Amino acid sequence: MTKSELIESLSEQHKHLSQADVEMAVRAILDRMSLALSEGDRIEIRGFGSFSLHFRPPRMGRNPKTGEPVALPGKHVPHFKPGKALRERVNAAANL
Amino acid sequence: MALTKADLADCLFEEVGLNKREAKEFVDAWFESIRDALEAGENVKLSGFGNFQLRDKNERPGRNPKTGEEIPISARRVVTFKPGQKLRARVEAYAGPRK
Repeated sequence: MTKSELIESLSEQHKHLSQADVEMAVRAILDRMSLALSEGDRIEIRGFGSFSLHFRPPRMGRNPKTGEPVALPGKHVPHFKPGKALRERVNAAANL
Repeated sequence: MALTKADLADCLFEEVGLNKREAKEFVDAWFESIRDALEAGENVKLSGFGNFQLRDKNERPGRNPKTGEEIPISARRVVTFKPGQKLRARVEAYAGPRK
């Protein structure tokens, strides 16, 4: 499912909203979540999961072209931990 | 403070002009649609944010960390999240305390 398919599916379910409003709302949610993470805040959605930041310590890397070592600074990366309901539903549906 | 569904509903109320009830329903439906797609075995790609991907794991040996007893970890399907380039770049710029 892509973002446009998500917009389509939500428009189907919310016929009282215009397509433009649904598009704006989908973007607003994604922007708000990105903003929270970029400010170092967690996101907690019960039954879905939580997003947080993980720190990657500084390390020595290499320029892949020249092989020259380069110092890479520490950085944060986004991390998602699926919630219980999502884990259980996805796994139950898989029927492995 | 962690961002919650209530904060996202407030954002739809303020920025999109949905009423409070619509905003709350929309946020619920947003996450439910993503769960539905994943449950149906579909990966979810939200450009600019990231991809939710399904991975099928084989059974593997595990251990009860308390008792040391060996127990197999059953085969399962799990959800992983791969942040998109745009989100990674925004988060990399975060210079606050280490998380």
